[in-house]
Amino acid sequence: MREKILAVLEKNARIDIHELAVLLGESETAVANEIAEMEKEHIICGYHTLINWDNTSNEKVVALIEVQVTPQRDQGFDRIAERIYQYDEVNAVYLMSGAFDFTVFIEGKTMREVAQFVSDKLAPLESVRGTATHFVLKKYKDHGTVLSAPEQDERQLISP
Amino acid sequence: MKKLLSEKTLGIKPSGIRKFFDIVSTMEGAISLGVGEPDFETPWFIRDEGIYSLEKGRTFYTSNSGLRELKVEIAKYLERRFGVPYDADHEITITVGGSEGIDLAFRAMLNPGDEVIIPQPSYVSYEPCAVLADGVPVIIELKEKDRFKLTPEELLEKITPKTKLLVLPFPNNPTGSVMTSEELEEIAGIIKEKDIYVVSDEIYTELTYTGKPPASIIQVPGMRDRTILINGFSKAYAMTGWRLGYACGPKDIIAQMIKVHQFAIMCAPTTSQYAAVAAMRDGDQAVAKMRDSYNQRRRYVLDRLKKMNLPCFEPEGAFYVFPSIQRFKMTSEEFAERLLTEEKVAVVPGNAFGDSGEGFIRISYAYSLKQLEEALDRISCFIAKLDGK
Repeated sequence: MREKILAVLEKNARIDIHELAVLLGESETAVANEIAEMEKEHIICGYHTLINWDNTSNEKVVALIEVQVTPQRDQGFDRIAERIYQYDEVNAVYLMSGAFDFTVFIEGKTMREVAQFVSDKLAPLESVRGTATHFVLKKYKDHGTVLSAPEQDERQLISP
Repeated sequence: MKKLLSEKTLGIKPSGIRKFFDIVSTMEGAISLGVGEPDFETPWFIRDEGIYSLEKGRTFYTSNSGLRELKVEIAKYLERRFGVPYDADHEITITVGGSEGIDLAFRAMLNPGDEVIIPQPSYVSYEPCAVLADGVPVIIELKEKDRFKLTPEELLEKITPKTKLLVLPFPNNPTGSVMTSEELEEIAGIIKEKDIYVVSDEIYTELTYTGKPPASIIQVPGMRDRTILINGFSKAYAMTGWRLGYACGPKDIIAQMIKVHQFAIMCAPTTSQYAAVAAMRDGDQAVAKMRDSYNQRRRYVLDRLKKMNLPCFEPEGAFYVFPSIQRFKMTSEEFAERLLTEEKVAVVPGNAFGDSGEGFIRISYAYSLKQLEEALDRISCFIAKLDGK
């Protein structure tokens, strides 16, 4: 049941327990208990809204930063990740395989603000060996959802 | 003087759905729950294969019965789904949608006066296609109290020495009714005893919500050789516009079907056939995902109907619910027309699928939950109004 609950919530965090129970053919109590459990176990870590900020008057700049680091003795990458994700500007941090170590998503008001954060805060960290900043120009699809307005229903209104 | 038009064709009633469609299309801002096709677009990996075939310049006819590659994939599917082997070279033909398969089966098998037993409510084309093939339709009126399943008693009652074929339209459009393997076995017993044949339209077979694998009459020993199995890609793979289906059966019948198909159609669209190979080969997961989604909507719609006190038996297949509107003392058409003009929601009157559909409406749930919510809110308003609340 967990996977099914998660699949629905991932697409619609606002769904109420009754409707969720109906969709899955389960009892409301069972669904509510399962969700509470998953919150406790940190499987469900939050309920977010997918916003296309481009359609608001609120200007935002998002950058993806590749970060190369020297892992620390005993603590590996986790300690450095912690140093990085503490900053409010940092939206997401992932440890990567391949040519660099972390992907860091940063949000700022302007490109300058983001660049400054990288040069003033991120790059000077002692274990950071190098960074490469890529600004996001346009988001087409996020969290599995296409951000442009949905296309019209092309189907005939009535068909057998 | 010679008559311009064929009397046989003139004698066929235009589809009741068409009439309603004309009213709906003039209505501004109407939301429709009247569609008989998936709301999903064809999964991308299937479309991609179609595009690739065009890029490669595969723009020619295929053999009349279709791409061998596709027929082999269909045989594999039937084996893994139902455990029934088919010879890809002689027992399968690709058609232009399931509809063509129905037409071909009738034309290949019927002699003038042969009776075709058609359970209704059911898809709109069995009856006219039987007439066009010089068959005589014999209607069985399925009952809600039987969950719109075909019972052995009803079947026996309609069988005469002239009975040639039984159309088995399950999972059913418009009722969503499904036959279990035990029920199919009972029907099969009669079929064998009375020496008749079956055209089993299983276009919705992948969309069953019983939690068990779908059953087919071809699984009953001896029935594979008495059945023309009709299926296609429209519903399971959301490929309605590609117009692609298939028919499987005994090779002597399939050979005659291919003959008609060859002269009428030549071959099914080549692009669609290449795309369908990908669908059959790699599509099981995509189908399962869509099935889960339909099942959630099915539960949602049934819950809403229950709350508005609109009685509806629980359908276990396809993507329709078929609630009864008998307590409002209106015909299905009156109900549907008033719902359309007063709340701007289009549903299909049940009698469009046969007289026994009178007193019911077909609601399709091949829509997003959001669309369903809005439309059902409106239906709920309409019913509250009728109930004088």
